[in-house]
Amino acid sequence: MMSETTMPPAVSVHTGEAAKKRMKKRHNAEKRLRAYGIIAISLAALALVALLYNVFARAVSVRTEHYITVAADISKDENDFLKVVKTAAREAFPFASGRTQKREVYGLFSDGAADDMRDAAEAGTLEAGSGIQRRFLLSDSVDLYLRGVFGTLEEREPEGALTLSEDGKTVLLQSTAADFNDALGLVKAGLAQQSERLRREAERQSAGIETLTARLPSLEGPELDDTKAQIEGFKAKRAQLSGQADALDATIMAQGGERLKLTNRMPSFFVRSNDGILKLTEVSSTTALGKPLIPLSGTAAGAWSLLSLDRPEIGRPVKDFQVALVEDLRAKDRIEEVTNWRFFTSSDSTQPEIAGIYGALIGSMWTMLVTFSLAFPIGVMAAIYLEEFAPRNRWTDFIEVNINNLAAVPSIVFGLLGLAVFLHFFGVPRSSPLAGGLVLALMTLPTIIIASRASIRAVPPSIRSAALGLGASKVQTTFHHVLPLAMPGILTGTIIGMAQALGETAPLLMIGMVAFITAVPEGITDSATVLPVQVFNWANASERAFDMRTAAAIAVLLGFLVVMNMIAIILRKRFERRW
Amino acid sequence: MKTRIILSVATAAALATSAASARDEIRIVGSSTVFPFATAVAEQFGKKTQFATPVVEATGSGGGLKLFCTGVGAEYPDVANASRRMKASEFKLCNDNGVTDIIEIKIGYDGIVIGNAINSPNLDLTRKDLYQALAKDVFSYGRMTANPNKVWSQVNPSLPAEIIEVLGPPPTSGTRDAFEELAIQKGARDAGLDKDAAKEVTLRDDGAYIEAGENDNLIVSKLEADPKKVGVFGFSFLDQNADRIKGAMVEGVEPTFDNIASGEYPVARSLWFYVKKAHVGVIPGIEEYLEEFMSDSAIGEDGYTVDKGLIPLPEEEFAKFQSAGKNLVVMTGEEKLK
Repeated sequence: MMSETTMPPAVSVHTGEAAKKRMKKRHNAEKRLRAYGIIAISLAALALVALLYNVFARAVSVRTEHYITVAADISKDENDFLKVVKTAAREAFPFASGRTQKREVYGLFSDGAADDMRDAAEAGTLEAGSGIQRRFLLSDSVDLYLRGVFGTLEEREPEGALTLSEDGKTVLLQSTAADFNDALGLVKAGLAQQSERLRREAERQSAGIETLTARLPSLEGPELDDTKAQIEGFKAKRAQLSGQADALDATIMAQGGERLKLTNRMPSFFVRSNDGILKLTEVSSTTALGKPLIPLSGTAAGAWSLLSLDRPEIGRPVKDFQVALVEDLRAKDRIEEVTNWRFFTSSDSTQPEIAGIYGALIGSMWTMLVTFSLAFPIGVMAAIYLEEFAPRNRWTDFIEVNINNLAAVPSIVFGLLGLAVFLHFFGVPRSSPLAGGLVLALMTLPTIIIASRASIRAVPPSIRSAALGLGASKVQTTFHHVLPLAMPGILTGTIIGMAQALGETAPLLMIGMVAFITAVPEGITDSATVLPVQVFNWANASERAFDMRTAAAIAVLLGFLVVMNMIAIILRKRFERRW
Repeated sequence: MKTRIILSVATAAALATSAASARDEIRIVGSSTVFPFATAVAEQFGKKTQFATPVVEATGSGGGLKLFCTGVGAEYPDVANASRRMKASEFKLCNDNGVTDIIEIKIGYDGIVIGNAINSPNLDLTRKDLYQALAKDVFSYGRMTANPNKVWSQVNPSLPAEIIEVLGPPPTSGTRDAFEELAIQKGARDAGLDKDAAKEVTLRDDGAYIEAGENDNLIVSKLEADPKKVGVFGFSFLDQNADRIKGAMVEGVEPTFDNIASGEYPVARSLWFYVKKAHVGVIPGIEEYLEEFMSDSAIGEDGYTVDKGLIPLPEEEFAKFQSAGKNLVVMTGEEKLK
């Protein structure tokens, strides 16, 4: 009131230089705020895109699986299908000799091939008979090889003509042009790298000798003797390393056109000729020594090609013999890529190629069902009572504080509670969706209660007054008028709580749901696991093929979440009222 | 109100009946190292027999044996896997809770690999080097000092002059226990500590040893991303990722399948599982599960668990435990448990 008289004229306040400056400052602040907002949203969007890209780019490989077609005999009442697969494998590649090669042949086939036949036999769709061409599922590592995970195979047309001459178990290859130069170059590069590494190691020995020699004068007693011995050891090792490096260098420098050996630490080279595949073991620029992996039909000169695989044999689970078999089959069009429904119809397995998400998906559904049917009614009822009926006193305040605190309790604590109360006291079966659902219901309750209370409170009091004024009872007012209007908010709270519960593994650890379970649960008391647990288990597995399945399981989990959210949004839209 | 009472009664009844009914599937708990092998056997067992596929939980060796030893009855697990032998204290706990007839089976070995990225320098370590690099306090010629070593070349001048950063499992892991016992504490003995003092040696906590969680895949990808780091993980992860990482030689021995199987590679431990005899005949399929696990096709030289990275038992031991499994031989308490 006082200021009215002391205030300067309005004109100068709003139009003066200072005012303009202030105005500009305010506008700038607003612009900055907007920019921050846009930056924040873009960052969030970027993170989301990166996450989704990361997941889906890897998950996308799961959409197909690889089969090979070979002949197999099946008698009418066959029951040992693993044996059928093994026999078929042996007969398809009769030239595999020795234990290692036979194991590698069996290694091409998945155990899933036998499962498929067993399923077909049970369904009565398996065609018995001998010599019938059948499709067999390939193993996980071959599948990864076909996807190029273990290096890229390049096939090159050579320039020269090839002459082959058998020399015992090996074949001598001679080209009229320097076709093996690439291989030779790589061998030399490999040797040079090896020698460089040896020299570096030798240098480290020298450094060691220097350090220890400098230390010698200050030492005495046993320490002095030990150090001297250590120095001698370093010297011996240095001499040995340098010797090896010198020998390698000499080999690289040799000009005699002698063949150099390829080792399993270098890229692999193959020659395809006369219906067979040779693996090169020694190369010079125009000649090479090859070991037949797929037998040649003869040694006639003719068309030939050079194959190279950049990943050394030691660094991949698919060995050279298997590569040769696969490439031979691929050339004969006997490998096919088929849509992978198995991932959605089968349950967990220790073999990645036959592992699927179905069991965990159903487990998640049962668990969410239990969680929802407990947490939603109880949560909403509790919220209604606390908001509409409960008297305001110390007790209700105490309960309110506790509910708010419970929402912040780490989820593992609910797991411990579940273990002690539900499993030990009530005897709920371990690992069952019932136990999981109960624990997750406890975890989601506070979220639902808090959200429900907030949205019940947001219903205008005029609605209640009008209902009461027209003669409705308190219960009628609440259930006919307040609750429907509060429903959208309640559903939002519920969906947040349920989404949280869907992604939870920590509380389930304590009640045994983090487990390897292959059976699909048929009810809420069967043993089951859930989607996030499946993700966790696969992420821990050492097999590389589980990588993409982990990503695919995450994608399924996200899909489940989207479906749940969509149901909530549709329901919310139906309940929505505006005033 | 009435409906609510009926509902709660019904729920209580449902819970009571489900608890009373015996299980029809075997329940297995325990080590996460044995987990991939036990699950592979469980899966095969489920496919080959009419019994339900066992449920396998990875709870860690200690946690598993604790659950196992809680009591006899359908609500307690039938089998416990362990990446170390049962401790005397656990055997006592079992006995105190009425779990007296325990069948003890050794299934094979697992190597613990100290590795780095494929293009990093080759490491040639001794257990003494590991002790001096990673122990909290270091003993050297009669003096005990807080570990002063910051770079590998301080430990052994022939090692690279890189900062010591080792990624490894946390204390809850059996792999960590075995690494401490077989590498660090053994290295302490080599450095001149006596037996009792060596048992007290623990890993340093000043950041040189980084706990990277139980997930070995994570360690592998971290090593690949940072070639200066060194990791501690199970052999099967080296086997599966040979294109990305390599194992260091320990005492001059490379961590290969053959070297671990022959016992030459020094940082290797045995893997076990324990079965409650009281449950045989009560829970269906336990004997058949034992038979499947101890079969040639499972843990024999060409067995399917061997493909997953298990190092098989030497013939004699294999025969011994095969017969122990077949005849349900129980532990007598005379075993030299630690």
